[in-house]
Amino acid sequence: MHIVVCAKQVPNPEAAFSMFKVDEQAKTVIPASGLQMVMSPFDEQALEAALRIRDAGIESRISIMTLGPESARAVLKHGLAMGGDDGVLLSDAALQDGDAYSTARVLAAAIGKLGGCDLVLTGRQAADWDAGVVGCGIAELLQLPVITFARDIKVSDRTVRVERVVENGFDVIEAPLPAVVTVSNELGAARTPTLRETMRAARKPVVMWPAADLGLGSGEVGAAGARRVLDRLFVPPRKGACDLVDGATPEEQGLNLAQRLLGAKLL
Amino acid sequence: MSLRGVTVVAELAAGTPTGLSRELLGLARRLVAEIGGQVCAACPGADEAAAAELIAYGADKVYTAGEPALAEYDSDGWTACVAVAVREAGPAAVLIGHTTSGADLAPRLAFRLGAAVATGCVAITLESGVLRFTRPCYGGNVRETISFNTALKVATVRGGCYDALQHDPRRAGETITVAFDKTARRARVLERQRDSGADVRLEEARVVIAGGRGLDGPEGFEVLAELARELNGAVGASRVPCDLGWCPHSMQIGLTGKTVTPELYIAVGISGAGHHMAGCGNARNIVAINTDAEASIYKDARWGVVGDYRKVIPALVEAIRELRATQGRGKA
Ligand SMILES: Cc1cc2nc3c(=O)[nH]c(=O)nc-3n(C[C@H](O)[C@H](O)[C@H](O)COP(=O)(O)OP(=O)(O)OC[C@H]3O[C@@H](n4cnc5c(N)ncnc54)[C@H](O)[C@@H]3O)c2cc1C
Ligand SMILES: Nc1ncnc2c1ncn2[C@@H]1O[C@H](COP(=O)(O)O)[C@@H](O)[C@H]1O
Repeated sequence: MHIVVCAKQVPNPEAAFSMFKVDEQAKTVIPASGLQMVMSPFDEQALEAALRIRDAGIESRISIMTLGPESARAVLKHGLAMGGDDGVLLSDAALQDGDAYSTARVLAAAIGKLGGCDLVLTGRQAADWDAGVVGCGIAELLQLPVITFARDIKVSDRTVRVERVVENGFDVIEAPLPAVVTVSNELGAARTPTLRETMRAARKPVVMWPAADLGLGSGEVGAAGARRVLDRLFVPPRKGACDLVDGATPEEQGLNLAQRLLGAKLL
Repeated sequence: MSLRGVTVVAELAAGTPTGLSRELLGLARRLVAEIGGQVCAACPGADEAAAAELIAYGADKVYTAGEPALAEYDSDGWTACVAVAVREAGPAAVLIGHTTSGADLAPRLAFRLGAAVATGCVAITLESGVLRFTRPCYGGNVRETISFNTALKVATVRGGCYDALQHDPRRAGETITVAFDKTARRARVLERQRDSGADVRLEEARVVIAGGRGLDGPEGFEVLAELARELNGAVGASRVPCDLGWCPHSMQIGLTGKTVTPELYIAVGISGAGHHMAGCGNARNIVAINTDAEASIYKDARWGVVGDYRKVIPALVEAIRELRATQGRGKA
């Protein structure tokens, strides 16, 4: 089995929002200095899913692929320390500032350059723009079946069987390989790298491909290939006028709140 | 670029359009009033009765595959069928509910049709002839407004952002059966497991009581259930209790969970992270119950109680009962 896990580097989404600033003029989000850049959490879980397939006894080569600035190399390092086998860094000036569309094109082309694979795993959405588009995009471009929002993935004999999260439960879906699966947090926590794996990771191979190596023209990638135009970026206003219900005891607080609700015809 | 027509992908529950599908038809009508063209509904599993309902809620044309097998969402089947309908209808935009089905369908459809897609939108506006899509990003802390340089735009829209039209059975429309390539189906649904329980659906409840890490264990949800029974509400959760196994994941509210827009949202032991507020920030009235007076949730709340939920909630339940008794009223 050759599994490709697509992983994006994002500013730590668990950080308090005070660690971010929005420059409305420049239409960018500026992470405060000291804010960590991390592998997007759902992508970490996608890699976890790949490692669980291997743990289940399916011999697997796990490649981690990221598109981003040179600093995104850190994501590959982390993935290799978690247990991945090799890394692909897609980085050069032409590839920057793309959208979900151009990103999917580049990743699909890079998977092609790897000679294809049996299973592509992505996160359900990247934790910066929260789009949830690239996984399905890769599948459509490569004309592969896709199953989204996986909470469990089992591979056997040229098929993949996925438990797919829906509003009130899950579906069990089976598709022939090769296929694309996007992973949701219901899969469970990703493992943390052990010291031993981290030491080994330093010797694992990482290739870096610029756009030109992928057979894509400069008009097809990055900002030039994007279909999305960012018109405005802003912090939504918050209500900010909370009426703190007083009361010396919980009983008084409960009563005062009940009266407020009654007054607003909410009871 | 001239814009004309909007196609809505409609989902059914128990054979009738879901609340969100009706909201999208309402939004579509409003948009075509400006850009012209028709409102089409693509609903692969619609039978005659469902098609009539879609028309009564605003569709001029309903595209169906007339396939009972497509009544429930199936990624390959719906993508193939909706793609055919959209090619025939030729709209400027396709609107889809931001459900697990819609979030699966929209990007596939967009790539297949050479379009672009905005997911999880909270507003779609027309400004000097350009369709603009506003959506939360960065964990719900930021909003982006985007447009696209493709002729066709696809969007998924969160629940509760737009009003449905009045049901009008006199509205006229036609139903078109589309043929699609059944061999397109590669991923097969083997089984559909559904949670039982939850008597009031979260997305449709007028009152939602949600619990977070502050409940400190699964027992906390029993305390919330007591209040929910009193208010005829549904119980939801932040992601933490779901991840910790205190409650099922189907109760998760937020950016990656459900979107709810009740009249009353009572957040208990929830700090108010952007990820969470993205799923409940549009509730009419938010009450926060939290031990920490500095919790961020108070910035979004209309009323707040600073205190331990274990004491405050039972007291609230008691007070509601007493108030109702003195007012001579029963349960809502
Ligand atoms: C990519 C991504 C996606 C996410 N998606 C979602 C999502 O969809 N939905 C979601 O909810 N989260 C989501 N999260 C998680 C989110 O960032 C927060 O971590 C989470 O919402 C916090 O949950 P909480 O408020 O229950 O817990 P905490 O932030 O730990 O807050 C617990 C609160 O309980 C209070 N408390 C403690 N004891 C008591 C008591 N006895 N009585 C009353 N109050 C008490 C505390 O003061 C505190 O404010 C996501 C995170 C990531 C990274
Ligand atoms: N720049 C990137 N590099 C690698 N993988 C990516 C990149 N952008 C998106 N992905 C993958 O696609 C998934 C969905 O991303 P998005 O559509 O941007 O929300 C992510 O969870 C990743 O697995």
